[in-house]
Amino acid sequence: MTSAIRLKLENIVKEYPGCRANDGIDLTVGAGEIHALLGENGAGKSTLMKVIYGVIQPDQGRIVWNGHEVRVDNPAQARRMGIGMVFQHFSLFETLTVAENIALSLPPDEARNRARLNQRIREVSERYGMALDPRRYVSTLSVGERQRVEIVRCLIQETTLLILDEPTSVLTPQEVSTLFATLRKLSKEGCSILFISHKLEEVRSLCHTATVLRQGRVSGDCQPADISANDIARLMVGDDTPISTQVTAAEPGATLIEIRGLGWKSKDPFGTSLSNVNLDLHKGEIVGIAGVAGNGQDELLKALSGEIRTGTGTITLDGVNIANLFPDQRRKLGVAIVPEERLGRGAVPDMSLADNALLTASGEGLVSRGLVRSGRVREFSREVIRRFGVRCTGENNTAGSLSGGNLQKYIIGREALQNPRLLVASHPTWGVDVGSAVAIHESLVRLRDEGASILLISEDLDELYQLCNRLGALCDGRLSPLAPTSELNIEQLGQWMAGEFESGEVAHAVA
Amino acid sequence: MELIVNVLAATVVAGTPLLLVALGELICERSGVLNLGQEGMMLMGAVAGFAAALSSGSLLVGVVAAIVAGIGMSLLFAFMAVTLAANQYAAGLALTIFGTGLSAFLGAGFVGSSIEGFSRVAIPLLSDIPVLGRVFFDQDPLVYVSFIAFAGVALFLRYSRAGLLLRAIGEDPEAANANGLQVLLVRYLAVAFGGAMAGLAGAYLSLAYTPLWTENMTAGRGWIALALVVFATWRPERLILGAYLFGAASILHLVLQGLGWKSSTELLAMLPYLVTILMLVLLSWNPARTRLNTPLSLGQPYRPGC
Repeated sequence: MTSAIRLKLENIVKEYPGCRANDGIDLTVGAGEIHALLGENGAGKSTLMKVIYGVIQPDQGRIVWNGHEVRVDNPAQARRMGIGMVFQHFSLFETLTVAENIALSLPPDEARNRARLNQRIREVSERYGMALDPRRYVSTLSVGERQRVEIVRCLIQETTLLILDEPTSVLTPQEVSTLFATLRKLSKEGCSILFISHKLEEVRSLCHTATVLRQGRVSGDCQPADISANDIARLMVGDDTPISTQVTAAEPGATLIEIRGLGWKSKDPFGTSLSNVNLDLHKGEIVGIAGVAGNGQDELLKALSGEIRTGTGTITLDGVNIANLFPDQRRKLGVAIVPEERLGRGAVPDMSLADNALLTASGEGLVSRGLVRSGRVREFSREVIRRFGVRCTGENNTAGSLSGGNLQKYIIGREALQNPRLLVASHPTWGVDVGSAVAIHESLVRLRDEGASILLISEDLDELYQLCNRLGALCDGRLSPLAPTSELNIEQLGQWMAGEFESGEVAHAVA
Repeated sequence: MELIVNVLAATVVAGTPLLLVALGELICERSGVLNLGQEGMMLMGAVAGFAAALSSGSLLVGVVAAIVAGIGMSLLFAFMAVTLAANQYAAGLALTIFGTGLSAFLGAGFVGSSIEGFSRVAIPLLSDIPVLGRVFFDQDPLVYVSFIAFAGVALFLRYSRAGLLLRAIGEDPEAANANGLQVLLVRYLAVAFGGAMAGLAGAYLSLAYTPLWTENMTAGRGWIALALVVFATWRPERLILGAYLFGAASILHLVLQGLGWKSSTELLAMLPYLVTILMLVLLSWNPARTRLNTPLSLGQPYRPGC
């Protein structure tokens, strides 16, 4: 590591109505340094990045770039200075080719000669071990390949500070190690990297230094390789929040659900189809489905909830084929769903918590002869709030006013109180603070111990390994075999996530 | 043989106003803006063109006036739909109703007047090619303008950087903004181009096709152009095919009537619409290719920074 200082932030303050997103943050990144920016959701990481990249202007504070104080007015200026950023949600155009996407962010004279641009894309991508064909359409690329396009787009513009926002959350373990090799090589050549993450083990293996944020302030600087993940987590969440759940062993019972030959063809030419999914779920167990986003997770959830009914194959719940039943009919049979989008699918943002309870729990005696029994609805809603520790002022709060973690606790509580036989939860702790995530994990385990089957769809491998009895992965709408968590190493799971398995095998065969 | 050549030549003439207005709308829609005001803009172009040509005695002045009128109308729309981010459907419909009424009001004094319209100019050498020469290269000057406009739009979309910008903004204005592209400016320019082409198409009707002004003389061509753009899946080469197919079918029904075809006139008058749409539906069977050319953000207002 060299001693030259590339970027120095002093006392950055950014205030939004009602909250101080950044409250006097100092940060120093040296040339060639890989610097981690850690913190929970809402700690102020994204605000700080937007300040550096010129998306927003700080209310106070100084930005010093290569020794000179600067003002970054917009992203275009940041790019001219040599700051590149890869957003968590890619800003790529699916209907354009790789080269066209890159050409759009280059100055016109550099983009004019398409053959030379193609050549440069090939050179840069090969040099850093990220093979890319400039002529392919982005719509045909996997998520990992799309990320490469974003990174190559930054590198082609001679970037000296690369900001990566949670880059590993969309990658398989193997893709993560390729990415890390690329980043290390860049760092050796003098490019500084600001690596935003909440995955502590990754940060420990990759980053030279780390800055931890909590509630808009710096709660500590450290060299992550030298201290334990637990200590870093403490810096992130403070002293009084539990960091993880102790999960007791499960005692799976009889088979509850049998899925045989489930298939569904997507009408969207860029969408994912399900093909020949076979899966058994037992009472009292949690089964995890890993996979990179967009590989059929949402489709599988919809096929189970009844939002998709046009497929082939059977879904048998306790001997009854439910594949052709509507969502409300399935709910009556004890199927509960916690979708990925909390606002919009899990809950209606502008409706009160009580009204949101009515949406799925109307079968719990909340409706009589077609009329809503509002007293019962309120009672049910208050019960959820009390039992699941939802922080709000009461059942009249709108769903949209709750934080992600609290709303998720409410949604899971609402489903759990209906004593479901099968609960399908998709990314239940995505974007949720650590305290709420622990509470959500505890609710899932409690439900399991009461005899429910739980299907947990997640991209968070730590979560899957911690909670699940058996694990499998979805890739391109196909389900891998399932294996007991204790016998499945992460390399094997990574291969499954990349699609390296025999298709159509009955998924419980390995168990 | 003589009959066939004449029918084909008439087909090109009948398809030209449709081609002009649809090319403009195609560019406009590729930027993600749906302008349902084509009919209104065409009528304004037709009346402005006719009035200017009649009073100045110059057809060229008429054409320029028509284009200016079309651009003026489209900027009115752009102010509502792009700057104020109003609902594009409502703003476009309002533009058509406004243009229909205003053109009738302005043109009331011109009903019954007539001028010497554009006449045919044979292009040397090219017009001597058998059949094709008469069909494509012995036409009025505005037909040649439509050929150039077609080639320009096709090449612009496929090869130019500005065309790439346009496609990117039509697909995802948010991502385009994150890449530092000027979404609102490009949308304004695209809408204005649509207006210019609609004005020109109107001028073609009142200065070449039938050199006179009558109220509502576009007879729904603006609406057909809108359908044509969608069924051509936003690709210029299909657009030209569709426009001429429509032209052919509308000439055919006159020919069939002339030949004493015993069938209801209304049924025959329906033919062009049916044939055109059926043909283009059959052509757009490949969903992946269609998707590559569809502007995803079509019809959605975009407010930067929201």
